[in-house]
Amino acid sequence: MESSQADMNREIEAAAQQPGGPQPKIDYPPYRSSVLRHPKQPAHLIDPESVELWAPAFGHRDVADDEADLTIQHAGTPIGERIVVTGRVLDGDGRPVANQLVEVWQANAAGRYRHQRDQHPAPHDPNFTGVGRMLTGPDGTYRFQTIKPGPYPWRNHLNAWRPAHIHFSIFGSDFTQRLVTQMYFPGDPLFPLDPIYQSITDPKARELLIAQYDHDVTTPEWSTGYRWDIVLTGTHRTPLESDVEENA
Amino acid sequence: MSAVPGQTVGPFFHLGLEYPGMNELVPPSHPRAVRLHGRVLDGNGDPVPDAVLEIWQADPQGHIVREPGSLRRDGWTFTGWGRAATDPDGHYQFATLEPGATEPGRAPFFAVTVFARGLLDRLFTRAYLPDDTDALATDPLLDAIAPDRRSTLIATREPNGLVFDVRLQGEGETVFLTYPRLRDAWA
Repeated sequence: MESSQADMNREIEAAAQQPGGPQPKIDYPPYRSSVLRHPKQPAHLIDPESVELWAPAFGHRDVADDEADLTIQHAGTPIGERIVVTGRVLDGDGRPVANQLVEVWQANAAGRYRHQRDQHPAPHDPNFTGVGRMLTGPDGTYRFQTIKPGPYPWRNHLNAWRPAHIHFSIFGSDFTQRLVTQMYFPGDPLFPLDPIYQSITDPKARELLIAQYDHDVTTPEWSTGYRWDIVLTGTHRTPLESDVEENA
Repeated sequence: MSAVPGQTVGPFFHLGLEYPGMNELVPPSHPRAVRLHGRVLDGNGDPVPDAVLEIWQADPQGHIVREPGSLRRDGWTFTGWGRAATDPDGHYQFATLEPGATEPGRAPFFAVTVFARGLLDRLFTRAYLPDDTDALATDPLLDAIAPDRRSTLIATREPNGLVFDVRLQGEGETVFLTYPRLRDAWA
């Protein structure tokens, strides 16, 4: 029988009794799709070597400047609340990750993805694809303009709804820092009900995924602004002069 | 500083992560192109049709590549990085060049990242080339792995290339990796 939200809340609460630390628990039965898709053996610890000490390089030939504006990809203006999201990508020692690729994708204002597998009967927006790419600047800053995504239903359990979020894919300065995650919006009432968000059982850690409203990013008569800094794990490569110059 | 936790890539990653030529580090018609391919399987041995793999590798001379251009491939520049989504059979494929040893006597490998719907955080592993058996026999990672699991990290050769399956769970589960600063971030 399909679980209700009340069943789910009990499962989430039970799972939180065995804290898993600040990373998501990959063995997290409340997220039904995870049951057969997580390794049961512990990850093997190694010192990274050769290519693992480096990340792929991306440059301006890879990403056009207008790919950071998700509101100008079609003839018309997309419907919804126009927002700017900005922040810095930093490594675990607080150093900026410069010149690296950030990819984002999201649902439209109605909570619908432009993806054939999204069957949520909310309208598509002919003026919104929901995909953006950008490179970080010398100080690790990324910035894009978009439409605030809506929450949407999914079939994890009966009446399951995801909090509104934007998917982020981020590269660091070495291979081991690779991160794919989701950015959420402050005050979302769906946080306690969502097994993907709650798979991070440490409340302080999961709050790192919530952007802050920033009135300094908001622009008059145009858009509201959110700030979200992304701290990666530490790099294993001793920074060289050339890296520093590259980042200067 | 506290590292931001990961979250699943979700079911709609094709929208944001796919682009033309992403899995062709070289054109398949390149005289030295090899096909690196395989399947991603779940704990029941069923295909995972919504996984995405990334490879990051040295060039055939064992040099670590510092060339941009992976998103807009020009057909000539080898960037060492690619991405492939699985199809309904859980199958992925890359056209690439075989990596060389980055130091004499070391076993060449592809560094591999795995994402999937249902997988709450990304996984790291390696796919070694199978040929240099002396180098494989003395490889520090392989040496530290139980003998019955070593083969999960070694691609098998076929006429046109290499096969590397990823088993997320259960029998033949792939050995996945973590690194000191990754572990410490979560300590």
